[in-house]
Amino acid sequence: MLVGKKESTMDRVNRGLARRYRRERWFRLFGLSAIVTSVCFIGLLFVSIGANGWSAFQQTEILLDIHFDTEQFDVDNLSTANYGALVKNSMQTLFPDVAGRSEKRELSKLVSSGAPYILQKMVMQDTGIIGSSQKIWLPADDEVDMFQKGYILRDVMEGDRRLSDKQIGWIDQLFAEGRLEKKFNSTFFTAGDSREPELAGIRGAVAGSLFTLAVTLVLSFPIGVATAVYLEEFAPRNRWTDLVEVNINNLAAVPSIVFGLLGLAVFLNVFGMPRSAPLVGGLVLTLMTLPTIIIASRASLKSVPPSIREAALGVGASKMQAITHHILPLAMPGMMTGTIIGMAQALGETAPLLMIGMVAFIVDVPTAVTDPATVLPVQIYLWADSPERAFVERTSAAIMVLLAFLISMNAMAVFLRRKFERRW
Amino acid sequence: MESMSAVLKSGGALFSGAEGVIQAQVRQEDKTPREDRLTVGLPFVDDARMTCRGVSVFYGEKHAINNVSIDVGRNQVLAMIGPSGCGKSTFLRCLNRMNDTVEGCRVVGDIQLDNLNIYDRSVDVVPLRAQVGMVFQKPNPFPKSIYDNVAYGPKIHGLASSRAELDEVVESSLKKAGLWNEVSDRLDQPGTGLSGGQQQRLCIARAIAVRPEVILMDEPCSALDPIATATVEDLISELQEHYTIVIVTHNMQQAARVSQRTAYFHLGDLIEVGSTDRIFTNPRHRLTEDYITGRFG
Repeated sequence: MLVGKKESTMDRVNRGLARRYRRERWFRLFGLSAIVTSVCFIGLLFVSIGANGWSAFQQTEILLDIHFDTEQFDVDNLSTANYGALVKNSMQTLFPDVAGRSEKRELSKLVSSGAPYILQKMVMQDTGIIGSSQKIWLPADDEVDMFQKGYILRDVMEGDRRLSDKQIGWIDQLFAEGRLEKKFNSTFFTAGDSREPELAGIRGAVAGSLFTLAVTLVLSFPIGVATAVYLEEFAPRNRWTDLVEVNINNLAAVPSIVFGLLGLAVFLNVFGMPRSAPLVGGLVLTLMTLPTIIIASRASLKSVPPSIREAALGVGASKMQAITHHILPLAMPGMMTGTIIGMAQALGETAPLLMIGMVAFIVDVPTAVTDPATVLPVQIYLWADSPERAFVERTSAAIMVLLAFLISMNAMAVFLRRKFERRW
Repeated sequence: MESMSAVLKSGGALFSGAEGVIQAQVRQEDKTPREDRLTVGLPFVDDARMTCRGVSVFYGEKHAINNVSIDVGRNQVLAMIGPSGCGKSTFLRCLNRMNDTVEGCRVVGDIQLDNLNIYDRSVDVVPLRAQVGMVFQKPNPFPKSIYDNVAYGPKIHGLASSRAELDEVVESSLKKAGLWNEVSDRLDQPGTGLSGGQQQRLCIARAIAVRPEVILMDEPCSALDPIATATVEDLISELQEHYTIVIVTHNMQQAARVSQRTAYFHLGDLIEVGSTDRIFTNPRHRLTEDYITGRFG
């Protein structure tokens, strides 16, 4: 009887054991498959953005012999010279047999409409080139660029594509002569926005993002940390501080566009701050990131062992000394991590900035926080909205730049946490 | 609790067979009559460094310490013993107002140091804690170098005017704590890298670096192995020459080894105070006797 009972107990345990291990295996399998799936999706995202965007880092350019004819220039008023004519003339000398108004117009369309401005800038910088002939690489029109990159196909009917058969013939001829080449697209990194894709760049948006983030960081980090320290270390525990705490947690979940509306109503309409300015953008994003920073900072203050606090108070440190000498340094890695994650959030934010006018078409690169500007995600949104085919690749390229910023910021957060994390 | 015991008592009357069991339970829940819980022994001494009169502590609604009066003798070690939750640590933390940091903690009564009630409005806790240092249950060195751990107190109180003077304070404190020989060649290493016993002695060095007059020790050896415990106990005996020490301990042998006077706490009441020899050989109160003979605790 006793022996039989013992055996059956062990049998039961063993049977159960197999079931228990099976459950564990299943759980592991689910976890692993979830990770694999998400990695696949992330990979897919990167591949599709990369495939779409890499070609934006190259731009087709055309080599032209520009003759800076002395007669064309009035030394006192260089900006009014007919630079467009210089480009047209140079194209016509390349294709002397092109006649007729419309054909000539089609020919000159191969070069970017921004080319005259490039020549103007060259002359303004160095008046010595007037009278000389120069070989200059000028950006081709975006349609030519698209053709070169294979987005406009030859075998489509002429009426269905944006380049005529004649234009394609000229492009082939230029290419054969070595006057047409794909070069590294430095314009993309040095120019502001433009209606012409070949002249559009992200510099203005990057500068706008940096100004906005600088304002956000300068405001939200000190305010967030100070708030967290006050709430965690000084504030009495009562109904009011509970209310404040609940509201901070709620604010973290408020849709960001609401902060944009608040910024519009308060900063623009009440305080009369400038529209489209990184200053206002920074203020709005500060409101948005503060809850994140406060919550992260409070969590990291809480994680400092109370024994450290007691040790400091026990040798006679005042409360403020205990906080600034011991608790804050120990909590700082967590606070910085929270701040960087908040900043990364702010960098990717679009909706609230639309409300305060940072969605405007701004060509100039901003040089101060009060200059009108846009930010990277808004720039992506604007380009994604543009009809030109060449903006598709620029949209993806701008996303790549934004992702590079975000990944490096998150990497920095991880690095800081590893570096300053202390164990006790 | 009150009604519960009433029920138990009436139950005892109804089921007289179970009376013995019920009475034992009543004692466990401490329904010792009030008059039985007045302090016996000699709570007062002639040469007192700190005097406590009628001290009660409340945590919110909870009455943690009930009307305790006791003196802490100069250059003596006073050991406080008692079962878990009896309030000995709470009382110890009253002596340098560490309870101030506990939310909802209220202290009434009179605790005097140098003829001044330390709970008086005019008393600043910062100099008070420099005067009455504390060593905690778990070694809690700052996550900084050994040197900085010891130098921190003198630095914030401005006790050393030069680097050389600070070096001297650090050295003498570490020497007094018996740690100098072990760490003199690695003062810049983190204090958290030391062994548990060394960490606790580092904490003692940190406490004595601000030259306190009284050192409070809250179960300083509970996290240490026997050898480290013996080292710390020897250290306490040495420190007693210059400092007044109050030590809370769970270990009755330790109390017997290091202290001159022993106080026995029971559920917030100070039951018995007397010379350590007398308490351990001839306890006068039944509760004290029960505790030191190991009947409960």
